[in-house]
Amino acid sequence: MATLSLRGVRKSYQAGFETIKGIDLDIADREFVVFVGPSGCGKSTLLRMIAGLEDITAGDLLIDGQRVNDVDPSKRGLAMVFQTYALYPHMTVADNMGFALKLAGVSKTERDAKVREAARILQLESYLDRRPKALSGGQRQRVAIGRAIVRQPKVFLFDEPLSNLDAALRGQTRVELLRLHEELAATMIYVTHDQIEAMTMADKIVVLQGGIVEQVGSPMELYNHPANLFVAGFIGSPRMNFLPVTVASGDGAGNGVVALADGNQVAVQMGEALPAPGTPLTLGIRPERLYWDPNGPFAGEGHLVERLGGLTLLHLTLTGGEELVVQTDGNDPVQPHVLVRSAVSPDECHLFGADGQALRRPGHIAQPPARPLPGEAPVVATATA
Amino acid sequence: MSAALDVENMPSQPHAVTPPPGSNERRLQRRMLPLVSPSVVLLLIWSIVPLVMTLWFSFQRYNLLDPTVTGFAGIDNYDFLVTDPDFWTSLVNTLVLVGSVLAITVVGGTLLAVLYDQPFLGKGIARVLAISPFFVMPTVSALIWKNLMLHPIYGIAGILWHAAGLQPVDWFANYPMWSVIIIVSWEWLPFALLILLTAVQSLDHSQIEAARLDGANAIQQFFYITLPHLGRAISVVIMIETIFLLSIFAEIFVTTAGGPGNATTNLAFLIYSRALLQFDVGGASAGGVVAIILANIVAFFLVRAIGKRLDI
Repeated sequence: MATLSLRGVRKSYQAGFETIKGIDLDIADREFVVFVGPSGCGKSTLLRMIAGLEDITAGDLLIDGQRVNDVDPSKRGLAMVFQTYALYPHMTVADNMGFALKLAGVSKTERDAKVREAARILQLESYLDRRPKALSGGQRQRVAIGRAIVRQPKVFLFDEPLSNLDAALRGQTRVELLRLHEELAATMIYVTHDQIEAMTMADKIVVLQGGIVEQVGSPMELYNHPANLFVAGFIGSPRMNFLPVTVASGDGAGNGVVALADGNQVAVQMGEALPAPGTPLTLGIRPERLYWDPNGPFAGEGHLVERLGGLTLLHLTLTGGEELVVQTDGNDPVQPHVLVRSAVSPDECHLFGADGQALRRPGHIAQPPARPLPGEAPVVATATA
Repeated sequence: MSAALDVENMPSQPHAVTPPPGSNERRLQRRMLPLVSPSVVLLLIWSIVPLVMTLWFSFQRYNLLDPTVTGFAGIDNYDFLVTDPDFWTSLVNTLVLVGSVLAITVVGGTLLAVLYDQPFLGKGIARVLAISPFFVMPTVSALIWKNLMLHPIYGIAGILWHAAGLQPVDWFANYPMWSVIIIVSWEWLPFALLILLTAVQSLDHSQIEAARLDGANAIQQFFYITLPHLGRAISVVIMIETIFLLSIFAEIFVTTAGGPGNATTNLAFLIYSRALLQFDVGGASAGGVVAIILANIVAFFLVRAIGKRLDI
């Protein structure tokens, strides 16, 4: 269907004040790409620039190799699902979905057939004569998607489409969108601030902050090999623990020891040599990688226990004063206000330099094979040692 | 997905029902009756007394010039009214005036509202200027138009015609109805603009963006998205304006005094001339009753049409 490329794309509303500060990105055919980042990072602006609703100040936007900077939004072969759905309130569901075709001069019978087909995919057949007002939030959401499907676009754009749904429906619609991606075999670009949506849906995640791309990669790549402090803190829930440490010792192969504020030493294993002893670094540890160990280096007193049923989160204050969150099993009997010790395996540690950039980690972390793109022959799993 | 559908299809709870007689709520309502009665009674007198008196006078022989003419007239007053060609002319004039002003203000107001929704330099000042005619009282605006705008000698229109080398037009003599329509439209266009502008501004901008992505050009966006969105506001403008336009009087009184002949006599002016120029109270009251009936017919259709609209 379609590939999409951004070449040095910039956006500024006033001279000297850039919202998007030069983005280079390639999106493959049939890929599900998620733009994720905190509020105001420019992800929605970037999506609207791709859609043609915002002008591109500088740089090129290519769809299938064609420069489309100055092409009218409707001629770019895109369809967009808006955060507010933007359904036409005075039209029925069928008219909403068929509006683009009507404007394109498609005959009524053909239009009806296409609308029915989209309604079938989205299970909206019994609602075709209703107005949007008479639909529930989830149904409106599906009509908005239906309106996009009917046009058979090259690229689907989603602007935070799940943010108006309740938690249960959000999870359901997430699965639904993935199924749709399989069925339509279309390129999709999806904007969200919710890292769970990004992790569960994306083939490729683009983490944005302050108008620049922080990192691009598959969900597991971002999880296991965050490039910097921002990505490490943004991807993963609960958030990664960050502790200030100094290098105690290290060999040239990446094995070494770092010291916490209270002097306790943590063994680490990196994919590159550690800096000279005494260098201050930031140690990053995911809460789910910590485990109880009576001899572990992280000694502290728990002050809060969150029991989520399936797992338990213990908030610790270490003897050095740092905060640490430990995630353990749901049936863990741990109580607050007791001194506990925990440890982490050396190859589960992340280290970040003073500039926030990550030290390379050993690159052999087991990763699931990349999800085959829809329409391709399924990859036959081969046993690896 | 199907599980969610089932949840959505579940019968909804019945809406709040009116309390059955004898229930707590009913008793409470009855106890409150003495408290609300003064205002209700006052409002009743306020509206019923003039209505009843008008009805009563319309069946009386009652002329202020001749106190000896008294007694029950039967339907003579009505008979006299409907056989008077002036009456039918005034009825037509009323409808022409209302219809024309409505058409001009609604169409013009919609276009101006869309225009004023766009960003342009000096928008704030332009908006104040566009809305200000509404604050000029009818007699004053009629005088402005009569003496400053449309006067063939002193008026701006006369100067413009002169400058173009044309013979200035005596508007109130040659096009009296059009002149009145222009004045009244000038007064009511700001009202339509004000209501419709707020409606345009309440349009969810992403709907326009969605239409753009769907391939709608500016004109299609207007007719498929903006205009349907304005439907309700337009209904409100039509209803309110109709109520006021049926009783236009000051503009006619100041400019043409219903003339030349009966060219600009509407129902309101006819009733005035019956009552206070010819001192025929009975005949004027009959005209008043006809005006009430006319207003009610119009109101009936309007409320029905708008009731449907408000359902959207």
